[in-house]
Amino acid sequence: MERIDSPKKLQQNIEACTKAFEDKIAGKGGRRAIVVCGGTGCLANGSNDLIAELKKLIEERGLSEKVSVNHVGCFGFCSQGPFVKIFPEDTLYRMVKKDDIKRIVEEDLIGGKVVEDLLYVDPTTHEKVARQDDINFYKRQRRIALHGCSLINPDYLEESLGYDGFKALKKVLTEMTPQQVIDEVLASGLRGRGGAGFPTGRKWQFAANQVSEQKYIVCNGDEGDPGAFMDRSILEGNPFEVIEGMMIAGYAFGAKDGYFYIRAEYPVAVERVQRAIKDMEAVGLLGDNILGTGFSFRAHLRLGAGAFVCGEETALLNSIEGKRGMPRPRPPFPAIKGLWGKPTCVNNVETLAIVPYIIRVGAEEFAKIGTEKSKGTKVFALGGKINNVGLVEVPMGTTLRELIYDIGGGIPGGKKFKAIQTGGPSGGCLTAKDLDTPIDYDNLVAKGSMMGSGGAIVMDEDNCMVDVAKFYMEFICDESCGKCTPCRVGTKRLLELLTTITNGTATEKTLEDLKSLAETIKLGSLCALGQTAANPILSTMNNFPEEYEAHVKDKKCPSHVCKKLMSYVIDPAKCKKCSLCARNCPVNCIHGVPGKEPFVIDQSKCIKCGTCIIKCPFHAIEKR
Amino acid sequence: MKIRKEVIKGVREICASHKGEPSPLMMILSDIQNKYGYIPLEVQEVVSEETGIPVAEIYGVVTFYAFFSVTPKGKYVIGVCLGTACYVKNSQSVIDKFCQLLKIAPGQTTEDGLFTIEAVRCIGACALAPAVNINGKVYPMVSPDKVEGIINEYRALEASN
Ligand SMILES: Cc1cc2nc3c(=O)[nH]c(=O)nc-3n(C[C@H](O)[C@H](O)[C@H](O)COP(=O)(O)O)c2cc1C
Ligand code: SF4
Ligand code: SF4
Ligand code: SF4
Ligand code: FES
Repeated sequence: MERIDSPKKLQQNIEACTKAFEDKIAGKGGRRAIVVCGGTGCLANGSNDLIAELKKLIEERGLSEKVSVNHVGCFGFCSQGPFVKIFPEDTLYRMVKKDDIKRIVEEDLIGGKVVEDLLYVDPTTHEKVARQDDINFYKRQRRIALHGCSLINPDYLEESLGYDGFKALKKVLTEMTPQQVIDEVLASGLRGRGGAGFPTGRKWQFAANQVSEQKYIVCNGDEGDPGAFMDRSILEGNPFEVIEGMMIAGYAFGAKDGYFYIRAEYPVAVERVQRAIKDMEAVGLLGDNILGTGFSFRAHLRLGAGAFVCGEETALLNSIEGKRGMPRPRPPFPAIKGLWGKPTCVNNVETLAIVPYIIRVGAEEFAKIGTEKSKGTKVFALGGKINNVGLVEVPMGTTLRELIYDIGGGIPGGKKFKAIQTGGPSGGCLTAKDLDTPIDYDNLVAKGSMMGSGGAIVMDEDNCMVDVAKFYMEFICDESCGKCTPCRVGTKRLLELLTTITNGTATEKTLEDLKSLAETIKLGSLCALGQTAANPILSTMNNFPEEYEAHVKDKKCPSHVCKKLMSYVIDPAKCKKCSLCARNCPVNCIHGVPGKEPFVIDQSKCIKCGTCIIKCPFHAIEKR
Repeated sequence: MKIRKEVIKGVREICASHKGEPSPLMMILSDIQNKYGYIPLEVQEVVSEETGIPVAEIYGVVTFYAFFSVTPKGKYVIGVCLGTACYVKNSQSVIDKFCQLLKIAPGQTTEDGLFTIEAVRCIGACALAPAVNINGKVYPMVSPDKVEGIINEYRALEASN
């Protein structure tokens, strides 16, 4: 591509690329376009093999001129991946395996007939659905942050330019003053998607008010909440959109350098961002005097190294500076004194990805979506015990019921919904009584949880809420940076107290101790990691007091998860004396006489590994 | 421990490649970790010589981040995801099974230097929970009874080499 060094050149490129992209999707000249999911989830499920196989067969059949094959970012419907989608018909094939490619090429590409058994089947109507937009999972979604993900090839600047990319950048550089950009973002009501929900425009205004030669915009791609993967998917699916958002931020408050901080566990995202930066530099969309407007901007990339606390903005800045990732006291806030002591705004990936949309369509349009105090859409990573695991972007104000049942397809195996955890390790759980609560920042806080980054993990009757609280506490203990004693030592004590509950040695005083210690940690911690550390405990105690009581008073785990409080028992009436369980028990603690006497588990030796219950063909073993 | 000459040379080269960048320590350490698999004290001393950053500070950084390791890891690093989405789908029983069969605890390496077991927090494959990552290859929906087969896959690979 030649250099894009004026607004006019950019406009020409946008027009040419848009036409090429639209023609491709519309199948102009009898051409077909195939896209295959190249998100981390589908890559792990072999989507690269699918692309190789497609290209090979298309070549063999002499179709290369007529059919293009591209990888794209995450489709969101991860539990049905990998996906292969064909334009212009808009046919979506799901759970495609390498062996299916031959049929797609022969029956569809050549024969012109849809391969019926690769289509999504609606679980309630049992009807086959060929088009993506007709699938329930997608119907209520609205893609703003995920714009272009699963449609454009993230490795090509042309594809981005062909799908709204850099229109917003052109607009701000040629038509708007920095203050107008800030005002527009303020008017849109956009709040940070990284957790705290701070108004983005206000943050930019603080930084804009600082007089300094050097300022920084930092994109927080640390995505520490285990179970959330929207930031990764955005970076993988449309890195250009995030860079564009970053540049607009830089223009708005006067930053010439932008830093991406991405966790090292996301190699695909890192590679795509790196490539996008290179391609933009090559045509002059990054560097000095962009589009000849006098605006200069450079993007840099730094990797995380496996510390959750580095998602906290001041710890993140320390990490970029090559130090231990420990939070700094605030004030001074980063907007006043941030990276290398200069005014800095830290923004989440999703926040920045939304910015170009706001500039393109206007604050007013954006503010029409959502609730009064939470505007726009939010991407959630639905995970855990839910049928449609994946990424969904819905308007703020969507209810949990819509999210879990209409979009998420409900709970697998006919099990009962128990809770949904939002806000990750800083958040809390919501239960069946909250199902009709519209999701927005303030409602979630009022219910004792928080939005967080958008991780939403569903739990069913088989999950023990005390165990879940303990899981989060182990995580927090591992990840506390150690700077504050209440957080470093207090969370360890919390974990010990929880452990006494799960192993049956707790007393009623333990519950009181938990609560008072939780309060101390909240008051005595420097950063939000410590301040919110006890939230998962407090929230589960509030919502499931009966589970805590069963553990403490009756020494029983109602969900049969806590090993010390449950046992595996063989029902002699159901046991067919086949000995299969005994032969598989790793500690040989099941005794009986094959064919003669029912088998019995020696409880004193059983390590509760659960092997026997899986092996018994007659379901004669149960948990008690 | 004696560090081989080539390694020292390699480390110096990595340091040189980041000259001029602001605060390059994290990037230098990432590169070393990726290339050599660990960052022992001797290597930290070389980095100190090259960058002028005190060893104490480098050691502080190396030991702070989970991604950096001061001891060598096994040839195959088994990362069992204990992220929330995997945990609620019982990935604890998967890591327990790996530990039981390999007779090591999470964070440890088998005596033959072949396997290291690590508990990792979300590898972004939550739809495939419970997920296990071995040297970059992701195993989807692993249940305890699949663990032995996975280990044997690598044992067979070793035997054939
Ligand atoms: C312990 C901790 C972890 C955090 N992790 C993240 C993270 O992974 N990604 C993120 O964007 N924000 C994270 N945050 C919030 C950031 O500190 C900061 O508020 C956010 O990046 C600001 O961006 P926003 O205004 O666009 O939301 C975390 C905060 C804390 C206290
Ligand atoms: S609250 Fe915890 S994580 Fe935050 S600075 Fe203090 S010790 Fe570190
Ligand atoms: S749970 Fe495990 S140890 Fe206990 S009886 Fe069953 S197989 Fe044996
Ligand atoms: S496997 Fe089931 S049926 Fe067979 S001996 Fe064990 S408990 Fe009885
Ligand atoms: S929680 Fe295991 S891959 Fe995300």
